[in-house]
Amino acid sequence: MNSFLNANAELVITLVKIVLLLFIVLTVNAYLTWFERKVVAHMQSRWGPHRVGPHGLLQPLADGVKFLFKEDPTPAGVDKLVYYLAPLLALALALTSIALIPFGPEPIRLLGHDIYLGIAPPDLNIGILALFAVTALGVYGVALAGWASNSKYPLLGGLRSSAQMISYELALTMSVVGVLLMAGSFNLKKIIEAQAHHPEWGILGWNVWPQILGFFCFFIAAVAETNRVPFDLPEAESELVAGFHTEYSSFKFAMFFIAEYTSMITVSCLCSILFFGGWLSPFPTSWLFTHYLPSAILISFGLWVIWDGIRYETIFGRIVLPGLGAAITALGVVFVLLPNVNEFIQGPFWLLSKIFVFLFVYVWMRGTLPRFRYDQLMAFGWKLLLPLSIVNVIVTSFVILAKMQWWGAK
Amino acid sequence: MTASLAVFFAMAALAVIGAVSLIVQKHPIHSALSLIVVMIALAGLYLLLGAEFVAAVQIIVYGGAIMVLFVFVIMLLNAGVEEHTSISKMAGAPGLLLVVALAGFVAATIARSTESVETTLQTGEIASTLGISNMIFKDFVYPFELTSFLILVAVLGATVLAQREKS
Repeated sequence: MNSFLNANAELVITLVKIVLLLFIVLTVNAYLTWFERKVVAHMQSRWGPHRVGPHGLLQPLADGVKFLFKEDPTPAGVDKLVYYLAPLLALALALTSIALIPFGPEPIRLLGHDIYLGIAPPDLNIGILALFAVTALGVYGVALAGWASNSKYPLLGGLRSSAQMISYELALTMSVVGVLLMAGSFNLKKIIEAQAHHPEWGILGWNVWPQILGFFCFFIAAVAETNRVPFDLPEAESELVAGFHTEYSSFKFAMFFIAEYTSMITVSCLCSILFFGGWLSPFPTSWLFTHYLPSAILISFGLWVIWDGIRYETIFGRIVLPGLGAAITALGVVFVLLPNVNEFIQGPFWLLSKIFVFLFVYVWMRGTLPRFRYDQLMAFGWKLLLPLSIVNVIVTSFVILAKMQWWGAK
Repeated sequence: MTASLAVFFAMAALAVIGAVSLIVQKHPIHSALSLIVVMIALAGLYLLLGAEFVAAVQIIVYGGAIMVLFVFVIMLLNAGVEEHTSISKMAGAPGLLLVVALAGFVAATIARSTESVETTLQTGEIASTLGISNMIFKDFVYPFELTSFLILVAVLGATVLAQREKS
């Protein structure tokens, strides 16, 4: 057994990482729905979920159980094979794309093996291209679901979705070219390292400043690719019942749901990595005291949860919330006491905070913006985003060329 | 059998099965899906040859863009099960003959070649992003620009045709 483990260490590590990432991503997905409902509710002066568990924290669990136990009918006249394939395809591709994201710069050394955070090897030199390849196939899940349901509303939803994804894919890919030119690599790790050329600049060294146009195009196109508000025409409930997933119920619907939220996380990861320095700290590297920021945030948040918990109206909440708060506070204290661990979590902490901010922006947009009309959507994609992203590529190329010619940089 | 050889046979089998299924399937959407399987299996083969860039572009362009258009058009026209006319049935016989001839030609070429399959593997050098861009934008820049000009003409032609329909 031991010799087998030693011989296939890479394989075993990868398998463990896959299971762990799957667990984390699905849990984050579940709580993302809770977070979205809560934030949108507060934006609209409502309470949101608050019956199941303290602050509705057990709501995702209840939803999951409901998805599992609901009746799962297959409508008459569907194309069986494609009807079952579509949700599988959507979920599998969404989860594959997140496997290509690196989550931290330094490996954990364990029993003589370097374990990197993230499943794909960190020297994958087609990183961003592989990601685009996986997301490019993502449209099939939605389009095929619409067609296979053999029903008019899903078909319209599927058609809209394919047209929308074809239109915005161009702008999405073109808007990244500027970043790639500046980094000179497709590798996500190298793209982040290229933003750390001036360690004292901190936040000012990130790609978002020279590439503000590219970021604008990328984020809008990415929101359209994930079919989220204000680009959620494929499932516009006022016109198409529920769009492409009208005929899907129970866990097959849940698979589309999880796929959508996973793509949201992937897009947030990509935004942080390509334009916002990934795991780089926004402060200059010489400000060592900022390394205690994760602990400070965790401890203050934990104490707030305890303070909020002891005044909660149900007895269950008065036990669970302070316990949760104590755990978070303890985590913060551990980071302060162990300097090695504190150094290690700096990268993942900043990456996760940036991802969180982008997820909040997603929810914020959902709470704020109305849906586009179909012709507006097409005109916006082809007449504004695509030309803007091409201009961005041309300007970036000329600036880089001028730098090389006149200042002899790089 | 090495791991790469096993992956090669898996990908090759997937490509062949997909291609056969593309012809045998009755419904256009099923045929289109089979073609996507072929494209992805081919991308896997490119990856095995060390041509990572080509593999990724194969999936993005063929799997992601062109096949989405195929599926989109089939869905938009709501094409049903294909109809067999007497001519399309007759076309089967010479088609089968051509298949046998092509297979024989390929098999003969492989049998006559003295190099083993492994030696054709060229990691990185030519197929890398840098190598490909050097070839496109330095060595073959005029053919490349001419091709893009041709595509531009085709795009303009399509636009003009669509406009005439309107008025």
